[in-house]
Amino acid sequence: MRYEAPTTLDDAVGLLAAEQGVAKVLAGGTDLLVAIRSGRLEPDLVVDLKRIEEMTTVTPEDGGFRVGAAVPSVRLGQHEGLVAMWPGVVEAAGLIGSTQVQSRATLAGNLCNASPAADSVPAMVAAGAKASIVGPNGRRDVPVEDVPAGPGKLSLEKGEIVASILLPGKPERTGDAYLRFIPRTEMDIAVVGVGAVVTLGTDGTIEAARIVLGAVGPRVVVADKAAQALVGTKGDKAAMEALSQAVSAACTPIDDKRGTREYRIQVAGTLAKRTVAIALERAKG
Amino acid sequence: MTKTHVTTTINGDTVEYLCDPQETLLDVLRDRLGMTGSKEGCGTGDCGACTVTVDGEIVCSCLMLGAEAEGRTIGTIEGMAEGEMLHPLQRKFLDHAALQCGICTPGILVAARTLLERNPEPSETEVRYWLAGNLCRCTGYDKIVRAVMDAAEEMRGRNHAA
Repeated sequence: MRYEAPTTLDDAVGLLAAEQGVAKVLAGGTDLLVAIRSGRLEPDLVVDLKRIEEMTTVTPEDGGFRVGAAVPSVRLGQHEGLVAMWPGVVEAAGLIGSTQVQSRATLAGNLCNASPAADSVPAMVAAGAKASIVGPNGRRDVPVEDVPAGPGKLSLEKGEIVASILLPGKPERTGDAYLRFIPRTEMDIAVVGVGAVVTLGTDGTIEAARIVLGAVGPRVVVADKAAQALVGTKGDKAAMEALSQAVSAACTPIDDKRGTREYRIQVAGTLAKRTVAIALERAKG
Repeated sequence: MTKTHVTTTINGDTVEYLCDPQETLLDVLRDRLGMTGSKEGCGTGDCGACTVTVDGEIVCSCLMLGAEAEGRTIGTIEGMAEGEMLHPLQRKFLDHAALQCGICTPGILVAARTLLERNPEPSETEVRYWLAGNLCRCTGYDKIVRAVMDAAEEMRGRNHAA
């Protein structure tokens, strides 16, 4: 294995594109190091992104924020502007692992690990985040949900890197939230995760909503019908019940040691109501 | 295999070493530099026994390559006492018998010190959440939490006096 820590994005892309063997990108390393140490992954080349300045910064852009691929979760929680605009995304990132892991783990890494249970991904998708992908053929921006192709699989071409995540500007009277269900209080992988964004009209009616589910399918589920159940309502009990049923109907989970299929489906419906309630409070400001 | 040359700062001293690309910072600390205070519990970032600080943030040194330490500022358990004088956290861990086998202790001390530097008056809940990534299979955590709370109180008193 070779270790390279280029200082420019061009150099990083060049190294990855030129490698004949297995090349992996190292951002926080909290997943990659475990895979390498266990022997599950034997890369010929590891390219560390943390020496590339634009990958280590959070910068305002178009009313939102661009988060470099090597920015650890701990920095998101320390960024007042980001916390004020997208608290759900910051809280979701803050659920990944321990305080120690928070010092390293990144949004882009969480995305590119392509776990269906990744905590930050439903929150980012609900917020309408875009991944900026840079490769030998230039730069392209894609919705975050299009980056994972399935568990552990990415839609990236050889030599391509997710260079940053663009969290868009937040519309007025809009709130976001993310909740996950785990059977313990900390340090666990989501049984179900729900990201929600709601936008209110001036009269308090929900004008737009995004409901995104994690850990209930091979990729995150954008639950459009669940969102539609909220639009035009004020989030009253009947609307929340319709939301809950639409969320459960959108789930296609597996059985595993963390929860059975039936259990996940039921939990998802309940968790969605709780998540939307928080997003609604935030939208009211 | 080509070794990587690394220059870094550990506990205030400039340190140079050569390491293999796949070696973790924990491997380097223990096997190349003889700093065996940091322990390997799980090797997968779950237990926190290998906790060190990197540029002021706590990190599992098993989840970081030795090569990544270039130019960083590392703090380990070996830098906690000043000569023979133990850090208040170390003293309170002894007073409260907050350890049995001791494998988790260095990591918990490093993590707890960082918490108290940022938050001199943490609640018990804050202590427990901060230390959620430090597993102890002996104590049941209560003695650890009490020792941290007691050390925090003593350190606050000392700071007021000064």
